[in-house]
Amino acid sequence: MSPMTALPVLSETASAVAPAQAGGVYSLLWLVVALPAVSAAILLLGGRSTNAWGHLLGCAAPIASFALGVLMFVSLLTRDAHDRAIEQHLFDWITTGSYDVDAGLLLDPLSMLFVLLITGVGSIIHVYSIGYMAEDPRRRRFFGQLNLFVAAMLLLVLGSDYLVLFVGWEGVGLASYLLIGFWQHKHSAATAAKKAFVVNRVGDMGMALAVMLMFATFGTTSFVGVSAAAEGASTATLTALGLLLLLGACGKSAQVPLQSWLLDAMEGPTPVSALIHAATMVTAGVYLVTRSNFIFNEAPTAQTAVVIVGLVTALWGAIIGCAKDDIKKALAGSTMSQIGYMHLAAGLGPIGYAFAIFHLLTHGFFKANLFLGAGSVMHSMNDEVDMRRYGGLAPLMPITFLTFAMGYLAIIGFPLFSGFWSKDLILEAAFAENLVVGFGALLGAGITAFYMTRVMLMTFLSPKRWADDVHPHESPRVMTVPLLVLAALSAVGGVLYLGGWVVDWLTPVVGEEHPELGVPVWVISLAAVAVVAAGVAVAWVLVAKRDVPREAPVRVSVFTTAARADLFGDALNEAVFMRPGQHLTRSLVYVDNRGVDGTVNGLGGLIGGASGRLRRLQTGFVRSYALTMVAGAFVVVVALLAANLS
Amino acid sequence: MDLYLPILGLAVLGAGFAVVTIVTSALVGPKRYNRAKLDSYECGIEPTPQPAGGGRFPVKYYITAMMFIVFDIEIVFLFPWAVAFDSMGIFALVEMVLFIATVFLAYAYVWRRGGLEWD
Amino acid sequence: MIAVHGSVLAQEIEIESPNIAYSAIYPILIVFGVALVGVLVEAFAPRPRRYVVQTVLAAAGLGLAFVGTVLVAGDLPETQNGLARGGIEAEGALAVDGPTLFIWGAILLLSFFSVLLFAERRLESGVTAFAGQAAALPGTEAEREASTRGLEHTEVFPLMLFAVGGMMLFPASNDLLTMFVALEVLSFPLYLLCGLARRRRLLSQEAAVKYFLLGAFASGFFLYGIALVYGYAGTVTLAGIDGAITNRVGGDGLLLAGIGLMAVGLLFKIGAAPFHAWTPDVYQGAPTAVTGFMAACTKVAAFGALLRVFYVAFGGAQWNWMPMMWIVAALTMGVGCVLTLTQTDVKRMLAYSSIAHAGFLLTGFVGVQAATRDSDDMTSLVAVMFYLLAYGFTTLGAFAVVTVVRDSSGEATHLSRWAGLGKQSPVLAGVFALFMLAFLGLPATSGFMAKWAVFTSAWAGDAQLLVIIAVLASVITAFVYIRVIVLMFFADPVGEGPTVAMPSVLTVVTIAAGVVVTVALGVAPQPVLDLAHQAGEFVR
Repeated sequence: MSPMTALPVLSETASAVAPAQAGGVYSLLWLVVALPAVSAAILLLGGRSTNAWGHLLGCAAPIASFALGVLMFVSLLTRDAHDRAIEQHLFDWITTGSYDVDAGLLLDPLSMLFVLLITGVGSIIHVYSIGYMAEDPRRRRFFGQLNLFVAAMLLLVLGSDYLVLFVGWEGVGLASYLLIGFWQHKHSAATAAKKAFVVNRVGDMGMALAVMLMFATFGTTSFVGVSAAAEGASTATLTALGLLLLLGACGKSAQVPLQSWLLDAMEGPTPVSALIHAATMVTAGVYLVTRSNFIFNEAPTAQTAVVIVGLVTALWGAIIGCAKDDIKKALAGSTMSQIGYMHLAAGLGPIGYAFAIFHLLTHGFFKANLFLGAGSVMHSMNDEVDMRRYGGLAPLMPITFLTFAMGYLAIIGFPLFSGFWSKDLILEAAFAENLVVGFGALLGAGITAFYMTRVMLMTFLSPKRWADDVHPHESPRVMTVPLLVLAALSAVGGVLYLGGWVVDWLTPVVGEEHPELGVPVWVISLAAVAVVAAGVAVAWVLVAKRDVPREAPVRVSVFTTAARADLFGDALNEAVFMRPGQHLTRSLVYVDNRGVDGTVNGLGGLIGGASGRLRRLQTGFVRSYALTMVAGAFVVVVALLAANLS
Repeated sequence: MDLYLPILGLAVLGAGFAVVTIVTSALVGPKRYNRAKLDSYECGIEPTPQPAGGGRFPVKYYITAMMFIVFDIEIVFLFPWAVAFDSMGIFALVEMVLFIATVFLAYAYVWRRGGLEWD
Repeated sequence: MIAVHGSVLAQEIEIESPNIAYSAIYPILIVFGVALVGVLVEAFAPRPRRYVVQTVLAAAGLGLAFVGTVLVAGDLPETQNGLARGGIEAEGALAVDGPTLFIWGAILLLSFFSVLLFAERRLESGVTAFAGQAAALPGTEAEREASTRGLEHTEVFPLMLFAVGGMMLFPASNDLLTMFVALEVLSFPLYLLCGLARRRRLLSQEAAVKYFLLGAFASGFFLYGIALVYGYAGTVTLAGIDGAITNRVGGDGLLLAGIGLMAVGLLFKIGAAPFHAWTPDVYQGAPTAVTGFMAACTKVAAFGALLRVFYVAFGGAQWNWMPMMWIVAALTMGVGCVLTLTQTDVKRMLAYSSIAHAGFLLTGFVGVQAATRDSDDMTSLVAVMFYLLAYGFTTLGAFAVVTVVRDSSGEATHLSRWAGLGKQSPVLAGVFALFMLAFLGLPATSGFMAKWAVFTSAWAGDAQLLVIIAVLASVITAFVYIRVIVLMFFADPVGEGPTVAMPSVLTVVTIAAGVVVTVALGVAPQPVLDLAHQAGEFVR
């Protein structure tokens, strides 16, 4: 038995109630997805004629979806807690007798929260982008792709079937790929986009196999069907499913060992980093694990794996965040780390699902806030991203500074800010389950406090280090207003937990279980605050009390070197996957083109002594092809005979 | 198995004869070569001149040969058709007309495109 | 034995008129008939008129044959307790059943659009992409003269129709001899077509010779296999062989060797490893329109035949040949996707990609899942047929795109020349990117649905390991396709960059058809899946 399965005392499992059919306001559910999709189509296919008003349409679509989402949310609130799942059937996608896939949407408390997060934060970031991308001649296309992303992400969270989810899953991958590489002229952007796509394919492989396994064992891939079938399935099957889904989640959410793409993804425009690579898309893995709670609850081994992945990533990302001088990469490390926390919580089972989602929401607020703040800084610093060239910006850009500070306080878990509540709950759950996990998570919180304080100090407070030709200035209103909204959300996002609301809200979907702690809850809170304070203090001593050099020091400890190199994630990938792959490719090419020929020509050379053997080493001789065919035929026949007649 | 014994015997005999003749003539035959003896044998006439390096000769040889084979095969089919014609009636007639027409289509093509002109 | 045979000659043989149901096989006859008329047109029509007459004739003939196929499909009788539809026609030579008609429909549609590609004239400023005078040696005075006089070989249209006829015959053959004849009928015109490129003629001729030699070689294996199987079963009809296997008549060595050698012939045609070596060279050298036609239609026909022989005739011995096919499928996917990685020529890359896709198709084939009366799950047959149609249109569209990306020496097929195409012509590059994404299997494209269908049927047929290999392989190929997209959109053009020639409406229609089918089969695959499903099993 794994240590993660300590017996719950109070527990209520999610009940699989057949969702109601969509009527009333819910019959507009398809519009939530369709609006941004149509807008994307108009903007991407419309050509230059849409340049003038493209960005306005691009903003209107997610805002309209958000408005619809709010309507539905209010309507859901009035319904009975166990009657909050609404399904809308769109059309029969695949029908083959016993196996049917409906292209359908499912709105339940879990997807409702995601819809609000995606369209809400998405709308804010769209508005911000009007200002951020104002100078870019391809702004309309940017908005088109951003809308495409929103539509795909909404499909991902609203799909009522794993296969529909998979369509959204690949859709967000494609949109993310396009947007990372949006600045095509930069070679690094193109490389980063490609890397993101390919690494994600590894995760997608897990997803695809999981869906296929579901189909093969349960004969269905709909959430309702699988959750009903999972009760009677064997633990081995469920464990395999859980691990495959986890692989998918790792790819999309940049968890170890598929984390390497996220840091490079920062090549994309900053609003993209905020929306896709911080607030929404990268949290799809957490959504997947939470949505599949009916699988993970019955597969303790898979849950343990989720917790380990989450914990390792939480620390991994935090350590990377400490060493990065690029402000966006430091924030990206922190994103990895925070999503690690969410996975950790989700891996704990019903005790943690709601906390994971709660942290996901607050993280969506404060991380979008931080990224947009970073974008605002870059905007005024001629797109400089190196924090060693910043410093002393607080008085010059007060709104950015203050809003960034709100996000900062939220992420380190300063008491009463949103991150404080959500992280605290995760720590509680972690300590309740396992001491090692609990202390690991606590350590992560301390490191988070350290590197975020470092970012804060180096950017806004320490003496100025920028060149004379840079003229920092506050960003335009269209950028600062979104910052203010997000800052407010970062500060007061904790209200979602008022009276345990978010947990109660999610209970019908994910079940509920209260952590049983050996010590009073306030002990943990106090410990967390103390660790955070220690982290801040260390940063103060190490950063604020010394001069920050404009160039990164070369002679540093091995630990810094390792962290700067993303803990050798890329090197590992290269050594374990790429090199053998390249060798394999090379040798196969060699055998295919030259090996056979070489043998033939070697023999020919021995016998005939013909000249120009070098020329003959060229590829493409029919005789060598024929020889492969003979060899192949020989092997096929002999194998057939040997296998069957022995 | 008994059925195959004569075949085997014949094969052994044949192979043995070939080997023995070649070996014997190689051992006992006089060896006085001249140019005429090394030339290829083409029914006793002057051999067709070969371009240097084995090269090419006109494609018209092939076209003529192919036309010959096509009509040769046609005759092969015509014989059994004629034998069984009585019992198959009008159906056989139509089918054979179609078959011959198909063959003549190719002929018409060759003729119209100058394939039958030797020079 | 000998005595018995001797007395046969002396007997009076009663010969009855064979019964040919023309109403069931007339689509094939239309195609062959139009091809023959095409030969007559070559013989008698004046040179300037031939192009128009041939194009119209070929397109109309294929269209008519398609309509005929639909009509024949409309009133197929049900047999085998409703599991199959259709019957054995032409004295046991042809099986006109649901799968046959589905494959005919696919081949006819794909070849119809191939005709449009064949007929494209604007790209070469007024002449087709085929050699002016194939008999003239490359680089000689005769060639230059043919070129200045604006000669073109309109024989390509009848040749292509003959090939299409053979392709229709191949999967419909109900005995091995008919199948062998069909194989030759479909192959010979293709050998010729491969050597008729107007540009880079040496490469093209080399491709034709290679294809011919290796094809003949493979046919030899196939024929030898037929002989051995005949030796085992004493008959060449598929049902007869099945009966012999079911009754275990003995002599398994003959049967197994026969199966192996026949497999070689068929696997050669579909381009499976280790019989794939010709594919890249031939695909690269052949005129691109021909390559597209081959990649789309030959694959459909050859897979149809493979399915029929191995399911109908050798179905009873499936446990004997299954391990071999497993290995071939895995090897094909491995070779296809790994070697795709290092290609620098668009056409070679598409060739290796077609090898990889042959591997995916074999995965579906190996999952042998027959329909039963109670359930109507996705059978292997349905999955593979759907895949063939989807892949055919995507690949034809991709090759059509290749024909319009050009530089001064004709088509710019080197991948480096494609850098920056996205800036030059965003629409065209976008279309090619769509095809790449479909090859890769991105959801909402036909490629995803096709892979999904094939993999699920294989998984349900207990070929899980192979499915995992296949999914891994598609991950690896993702890298290639993405590389092309990156190259087109994110890289800077080398030198003055490629030019995108404006083709006539013919090529545009073909590309558009590729796009429409690729998207439609991804978003709403149901009608086609239903159609494949209604086709039922092979008749026996």
